[in-house]
Amino acid sequence: MPEDLINSYMTGPDEQGRFGMFGGRFVSETLMPLILDLEERYEFAKTDPTFWAEMDWLWKHYVGRPSPLYYAERLTQHLGGAKIYMKRDELNHTGAHKINNVLGQIILARRMGKTRIIAETGAGQHGVATATVCAKFGLQCVVYMGAHDVERQAPNVFRMKLLGAEVIPVTSGRGTLKDAMNDALRDWVTNVRDTFYCIGTVAGPHPYPAMVRDFQSIIGKEVRWQLAEQEGEGRLPDTVIAAIGGGSNAMGLFYPFLDDPSVGIIGVEAGGKGVDDRMQHCASLTGGRPGVLHGNRTYLLQDLDGQILEGFSISAGLDYPGIGPEHAWLHDTKRAQYVSITDAEALEAFQLCCKLEGIIPALEPAHALAHVMKIAPGLPADHIIVMNMCGRGDKDIFTVAKHLGQDMKV
Amino acid sequence: MTRIDDTFARLRQSGKKAFVSYIMAGDPDVPTALAVMRGLPGAGVDIIELGLPFTDPMADGSTIQLAGQRALEGGMTVDATLQMVRDFRAGDQVTPIVLMGYYNPIYARGVDLFLNQAIAAGIDGLIVVDLPPEEDAELCIPAQAAGLNFIRLATPTTDAKRLPTVLRNTSGFVYYVSVTGTTGAAAAQAGDVAPEVARIKASTDLPVIVGFGINTPDQARGIASVADGCVVGSAIVKEIGAGKPVAEVLAFVASLAAGAHSA
Ligand SMILES: Cc1ncc(COP(=O)(O)O)c(C=O)c1O
Repeated sequence: MPEDLINSYMTGPDEQGRFGMFGGRFVSETLMPLILDLEERYEFAKTDPTFWAEMDWLWKHYVGRPSPLYYAERLTQHLGGAKIYMKRDELNHTGAHKINNVLGQIILARRMGKTRIIAETGAGQHGVATATVCAKFGLQCVVYMGAHDVERQAPNVFRMKLLGAEVIPVTSGRGTLKDAMNDALRDWVTNVRDTFYCIGTVAGPHPYPAMVRDFQSIIGKEVRWQLAEQEGEGRLPDTVIAAIGGGSNAMGLFYPFLDDPSVGIIGVEAGGKGVDDRMQHCASLTGGRPGVLHGNRTYLLQDLDGQILEGFSISAGLDYPGIGPEHAWLHDTKRAQYVSITDAEALEAFQLCCKLEGIIPALEPAHALAHVMKIAPGLPADHIIVMNMCGRGDKDIFTVAKHLGQDMKV
Repeated sequence: MTRIDDTFARLRQSGKKAFVSYIMAGDPDVPTALAVMRGLPGAGVDIIELGLPFTDPMADGSTIQLAGQRALEGGMTVDATLQMVRDFRAGDQVTPIVLMGYYNPIYARGVDLFLNQAIAAGIDGLIVVDLPPEEDAELCIPAQAAGLNFIRLATPTTDAKRLPTVLRNTSGFVYYVSVTGTTGAAAAQAGDVAPEVARIKASTDLPVIVGFGINTPDQARGIASVADGCVVGSAIVKEIGAGKPVAEVLAFVASLAAGAHSA
């Protein structure tokens, strides 16, 4: 940590909820008092030891934290360069990093006396995590999911239903994640008194981007001490890499390292069929422009008239036309580097990881891994890369089978 | 004094309530939307709210969402919306036009350029749903400096503590959203709205207009009688969406206007 906080990357957001020009509170008046209240309650909880004691207990006994930091030896040898570690958040209960954040928000919701929880979901991982924690606490749970995704992700839909959640297929717009978020916001505007909106990534109006980041930061905090344990006191990663949909697993890994100048930070966006003017990708930073959507200013896929475009990716969890505002700021300040990986590259990494490490990754972290495969061979053996294995691939095997030309009967 | 201020002054003199109607620009196509718009003043509309289509209308119910989709699928743009306003203004210099929509299409154009173009086209006020007072520096303050009214929504969640913040940079009128929910939601009862309107009026001299969920001439009369006027949107847009001929849409609007004006 630098002593001079002016040079710190960790002080954001400001009181307006801004990271530089990004972020903010672009919501209708009906919601404004709710997010101000949430901010106040979160600010209180943040410094309340009983809040964190409850989190820590559940993280340990319900989620299974800390997740291992695993040296991927065969992958390292195969690539023949940098030493590769995986942060195994796919081993969490429900199979992804999403539950880290959900626990925090639901504990907060309970403290605020809210009895009904709503969430949006794309691939269904955040929806499953939310349904899970709601079941545990006996809270009513309603999950909005694009009708298109409901079809693509049938197993997760069934999981949510088993867990007692109501899954509402969203047909407005084009029936994908951004439309699910629109409908969740519409629900919230309608049910303001008893409902808590549990957002699944570092997006939305202030304080969500900061709050979700804080809950996910457990990932990077653990990496710090786990790497020191395995590589020696004070040893930091040289590069941290994570995939980006809205950016929550990435912010969770990156945040605790923002003020360590020796740590290179790389976010990997979904390049779909390629980042070009066909716009068949979800790379908001590499292929978008600043705009305002879902409560914050950030980079968005949009046309010249400010109409939002649909993203495209093999991975439903990366299929979002925006990105968390803190990433937009880290991009503009150049503290972090953002790259993109195509569907084809991610599929290749997916298979390699299965064969070399015995880990079936989700398609989202397969994007991060594909970038590791690109850079590791050119780096020295003492260069340590930590990539976020933020989800397991069970949910994706049908999609992958289809792309590999194998017909699996569901 | 803007056209909006003039309109309220005139209504006050004649002891009448305001009837405000909403249509979506370019829905289902520009000629139809323009024909409806041109007929609104004759049907008794005092102020026209013109929707600027957006792909992600988070505060709107399905009726207005679908109207926006129809407009966008028909190729509606910000430029074409401004052109619609110019074409309307060629035949009507009096009726105020309030552009209602979301911030991103305005932000994408650039606030200064947009304001110049909006004023030149003949727009009088703006309602931008996703710009609360906390974001006034974005558009509200530049718009007022340029001479446009910036009309804000007050809602049932706007409590006494917050009301002064909401009223501070509001001009033209205050739009009271009578229910928590999206456009097209269930209507509030006049009896419940009355104390809320009184609460707002105690803090401002601006007219208070009530909207959301008003579907019939009777509801228009009931709500207008406890406020300075009322807004109807989804009910009219629904008629347009059903493909009713322009004359029929305007006859429906006239019945609503008569309801509000009889209050
Ligand atoms: C395993 C996994 N990784 C990543 C993401 C993308 O979200 P974020 O960028 O917020 O981590 C998702 C979203 O569904 C996911 O399921």
